[in-house]
Amino acid sequence: MSFAVNLALGLLFGAGLIVAGMADPAKVLNFLDLAGTWDPSLAFVMGGAVLVAFLGYRLVLRRRAPVAAPRFQLPERRDIDSRVVAGPALFGLGWGLAGYCPGPALTALGLGATGTLTFVPAMIAGMALARLAGERRRPS
Amino acid sequence: MTEFTPLSALAGGMMIGLSAVLLMLWEGRIAGISGIVGRLLPPYGDKGVKSRLGFVLGLVAAPLIFAVFGAPVAQTVSSSLPLMTVAGLLVGFGSVWGNGCTSGHGVCGLARLSLRSAVATCVFMAVAIATVFLVRHVLGA
Repeated sequence: MSFAVNLALGLLFGAGLIVAGMADPAKVLNFLDLAGTWDPSLAFVMGGAVLVAFLGYRLVLRRRAPVAAPRFQLPERRDIDSRVVAGPALFGLGWGLAGYCPGPALTALGLGATGTLTFVPAMIAGMALARLAGERRRPS
Repeated sequence: MTEFTPLSALAGGMMIGLSAVLLMLWEGRIAGISGIVGRLLPPYGDKGVKSRLGFVLGLVAAPLIFAVFGAPVAQTVSSSLPLMTVAGLLVGFGSVWGNGCTSGHGVCGLARLSLRSAVATCVFMAVAIATVFLVRHVLGA
């Protein structure tokens, strides 16, 4: 059951990315190109997503627990450590080079572009490296 | 050039937001793609592998919906092997190292008014904008 629900939610998320135009790296790169061929569309993607999530979370988190799990698992950390700056800096560099972040890259996989078929395995390797490195020196 | 498409951008964004809200309702979890994918890789700490696998499969299968309705998904992707390899490694490593990407920090984190996510979002936006500026306007690629 949870598998089917998650599959449907993944489909909805991926369809949203495609409708929004985020599956096209050219559109993402143009959004980031303030000094050139700027396309502000992705600000509307972010705005729409944050607005719905902000209002929806408010409703959902009034419940004592989610439907299919014993409790809500929200990130509790509030400190600004080096990882939450260094990680996004490396991520932003890669995002600016390729125009892909993790969600759109996976959604675009089936479209079969050579660049996507190169990007996704490298991305998964990078994630695996970070998982292993993070485990080796977990601070506390 | 890409066309400015505020309405479809807003609609797509709202679908992403809705998916995040429903995932919170069902699983009680943040819809962060790097977290969902990253935790499918070792070391394994918790349960929910099947759920996460379902979400990722849905994400990958999404273009099928558009194929069924005969709506082509247009995209322009660099086919440079070294560029896409380096970029993929950076995106994968950075998003897991920083505990989130555009979805986890940028959408879910901001919706929860998390300062940590706001810092992360500002950093990746600023670095990505600077990178595109450098590549397109300084190096002239």
